[in-house]
Order: sequence, then C-alpha cells, then structure tokens
Amino acid sequence: MRAFGTMTTPKEAVLPVWAGSQARAIVAAMVDKRMTEDEVVSELKDGMTIGIGGWGSRRKPMSLVRAILRSDLKDLTVVAYGGPDIGLLCAAGKVRRAVYGFVSLDSIPLEPHFRQARQSGAIEFTELDEGAFYLGLLAASHRVPFYPTRAGLGSDMLVMNPDLRTVTSPYDDGEELVAIPAFKLDAALIHMNRADAGGNGQFLGPDLYFDDLFAMAADKTYLSTEKIVPTESLLDEGSVHTLRIQRIFTDGVVEAPRGAHFTECPPDYGRDEAFQREYAATARDPEAWEAFRSTYLDAPSHAEYLKALEARA
Amino acid sequence: MSSIAEATIDEICVVACAEAFRGDGEILCNPIGTVPIVGGRLARATFEPDLVYTDTVAVLPANNFPVGDPDAPKVVESWVPYRTVFDIVWSGKRHVLMGASQIDQWGNQNIAAIGDFRQPKAQLLGLRGAPGNLVNHTTSYWVPNHSTRSFVASVDVVSGPGYDRMRELGSPSNRFHEVRRVVSNLGVFDFQTDDNRMRIASVHPGVTVEQVIEATAFELAGTDDVVETRLPSDEELHLIREVLDPGGARKAEFR
Repeated sequence: MRAFGTMTTPKEAVLPVWAGSQARAIVAAMVDKRMTEDEVVSELKDGMTIGIGGWGSRRKPMSLVRAILRSDLKDLTVVAYGGPDIGLLCAAGKVRRAVYGFVSLDSIPLEPHFRQARQSGAIEFTELDEGAFYLGLLAASHRVPFYPTRAGLGSDMLVMNPDLRTVTSPYDDGEELVAIPAFKLDAALIHMNRADAGGNGQFLGPDLYFDDLFAMAADKTYLSTEKIVPTESLLDEGSVHTLRIQRIFTDGVVEAPRGAHFTECPPDYGRDEAFQREYAATARDPEAWEAFRSTYLDAPSHAEYLKALEARA
Repeated sequence: MSSIAEATIDEICVVACAEAFRGDGEILCNPIGTVPIVGGRLARATFEPDLVYTDTVAVLPANNFPVGDPDAPKVVESWVPYRTVFDIVWSGKRHVLMGASQIDQWGNQNIAAIGDFRQPKAQLLGLRGAPGNLVNHTTSYWVPNHSTRSFVASVDVVSGPGYDRMRELGSPSNRFHEVRRVVSNLGVFDFQTDDNRMRIASVHPGVTVEQVIEATAFELAGTDDVVETRLPSDEELHLIREVLDPGGARKAEFR
C-alpha cells in the first residue's frame, strides 16, 4: 500500500496511519469549488482590476484569459508580469490600463500586440520596476498601504508615475525611499500544475513566480489547473514545498488540461513556440489576426480550443 | 598566445564582458544576452571562480555548460526563483550585465521606450529591473550595435540611472551605484574620469578611435593614447568554442 493516496474517492481515501478518523472527515467535507471558465468570467465585472499570475510567456491561465476575450467584459485594469495575457487582452480591446514591469513573450522579447496598444495610445499604463511590482503585490497581501524600496530613485519611474510618493525613514538614518502602493486586486487568475477541488494549488515547475501573492492580494482568486486530484494525492508528484496556494485564498477551481497553452507549463509541457510565432505574426496582419481569432479565440470552450489545436497538428 | 586572425569579434567581446566581473568574488554574476552570458561563464571558469551564476531559469549551476542547450546536464548548487533574484538584488550581492537600447555619456540607460513614453514611437521591454538594479548593486552594459542611435546625447527614458542622476540624488541613496563598464562591438568604455563621464577604456583590435567617435553622439573622454582590448588567451578560446558556446549562438547578436 502506498502511504499517500492512490486514486480513490475522498470518502474512501487511503490515509497515512497517523491520520485518524478526524482527518478522514476533513477530507470528505472539504468545500468543492469546481467551476467552468465561463462561470469564473460571469463573476467578473466591467472596470475591475484583475491580476494574472505567471511570468512573461510562462504558466499563464490562458483558458481563463480566452474566456474573458469572448465575454462582454470591458475597461479592465490588468496587473501582471506581462506576456500574451496582456497582449491578447489589449488586442481584443478589453484593457483600460495595464500595470506591469515588462511585457514579453520570452523567446520573442517584445510583445507585439502590447506594443501596438502602447504606440497607438489605446491604453493607460503604470510601468514599474519589476522588483517594485513584487512589493505592490506583497503590500496588498499584507494589507499595508505600501512597502518601501530604493528602486525607482534616480530613474524615470517616478516621472512616468507622478502619483508615486516617497517616504522618509522614521529612524536616525532618515533615508528617502519610494513607497510602492498596495496593488489591491478585485480578482486574480492563476494556473497551477495540480490542485484539489477545494482550491489547494501545487506548482511542479522550477518557479512559483508570484502566484501566491496574486491570490492573497485579490478579493477573489480563481485557479485553473492541469488536473484536479484528490487532496490525499497532492504529494504524489511533489514535496510539501510545492503546495504554495492555500485554499483559504481561492474561490474557484477550473480543471483545464493544457490550460496554459501556448505558454510553458513545466513539467507538463513546454512553450508551443510555433503557435507563439503565429500569434505574434498576427500583430502585423489584420487578416491573420481575424483568422487566428476565429479559429482559436472564438472557440466557445477550452475543450473546443483543444480540438482546434488538434486539427492544427 | 592567440593572434588577431584567430580570435573573432564575438570572442573578443565575450572576453571584454568576462573582464567586467574581475574582482567581484563571491556574488551572483547575472549577465543577460548571449555574449554577456558566455562572458560571465568564462569569468567563472577562469579568473573569478567564486562567482555563482544563474541558468536563466531558476537554479544556480555549479558546472560549466553550453548556452542554448536546455538538456545540458547541470550540477545544481542552489535555487533562485525570481522572488529570490529580487531579494538578492536588494541585498547587493549581484552584478548585472544587461543590454541598453540607448546609453548616454553619464551611463543613463534606456530599455523602456523610444520617443515620448506617454505614447512612444517604439515600446520596448519596459523598465524591467533596471531602476532597482542601479541603486542596489554594480551594473555593466552590453551594446552590440554601437552607433549614434544607441550611444546618444540624451536617452528618451531613464530606465537605469547614470552618474549625473545619482549626483543629483546624493547621499545616502547613491551609495550602492556603480556603472562599471560598457562593452560594445567597437570597444570598452568606463566612467573613470573626474566627473564620471564615459571614456574609452580600449578599442577592439581593428577598430580606430575615429570610428568610435563617429559612431557616438556625445563627446567621449580618453581619446588620447587609447589601448587595444586584450585578445582571448588560448584557454579562453578553447572554453568559448568547445565548452560554453560550441553552437556559436554568440555570433547572432552581431547581425
């Protein structure tokens, strides 16, 4: 017998010997937060500030982003270590303001749809040092108004963001620092390798990025995952150190295999570079964008999107 | 020892990037871009063995391995997800060697946008980590296309602040600031002048001082008695060609 869960239903969970009947009862009673992408989007409103986890073109909750694209949502403020999430939302006219340290596709350094939105003046923007961005998420997570940092002094970050303030150390050093305000989020979208139905999330790749902070900084957090597993199976594929999203910070769980496509989601899959190149090329060609949009983005569900991908191969 | 005929410009630039890390000791060597990465790994493989360096994903490898090969075996000595990288930035134990779309005589660097940032002619990467890097630890730059479009009189956006901005800011905010060197495809530059203005430290073999002056939109210091950038040693050429970049990925940055 394996110490940690084989594939069993929660009620008959195979628990380690030290887990008594009380643990069995907790597993059985855990709230079930499973929902669909469209149900997540139905909880979002025009004008909301939405944080998106991942980094560049890495482990982005793309099935949730596409659900926003095909909805009527508008005037969003999008907060992200930006990649094709920000690019697609800009291209579809969903973004009023983007908050970022960078927007990049990694293997293609500049995100072409984001560039177009900035160069045409279509969006408002808050551009920050990428470490300062981390502090904005951390401040919101900890419910303090700001965190201080040296980052930004001397650069044009304060010129580009006239609302940013500095603070003076109350101690003897009297040092002046930049006060990075809390990024209060109405909602956050993150993608995990594994999760249980209660919203405990697990990353199995090399980097969590800042997904735990997005979850804590938001009023509501929606987590998509490659695979929903029974709670007692969460340690089958990774150590306890990979269980970094706690269900107290999640409100919905969406099972979306290949849900981060075309961004990478190791160890489950790498980036689909050919698809990403096709996506990037659509920025130069309105016809190509329309074809890309109707084939992939207008697919009415993630399952239909996966079928379109199969047809492509 | 090598001759000019043996070492090519990309290898000379790799060694010039490696030299940026000389004397750094046990810190995080964080080059960005292929020529800087090969240079950083070369520094650690030769004269600066205590450096640690990133694999550009999330670990610190303890062995030498080639760029551009995701399957190359790595000996992992530590884990550095991005959050830890920022923590290390703020600790000061890091030297970044990054790109500059524009750089001026005081070392102000722009990777954010060309034109007015409110509605730029060309949106670039964004500020990225440049503002935090410059006020926390040593920074160097790599510019593979030295011209009056990259070495400019005035940058359009200050991502990484230079010496004039830091002088204005004053103490104590400027105490960790150092722009150590700028490596371009024409030469090596530093700020070892009385007022921290950019000067020519060396020109690469085959490049004239006149060429450098012509390709630079501001007045460079140190144009008299200019020395040549040193050539790679046989050991360095072997490491670059056989161990660190056998596929020649470094050459792509010169196109």
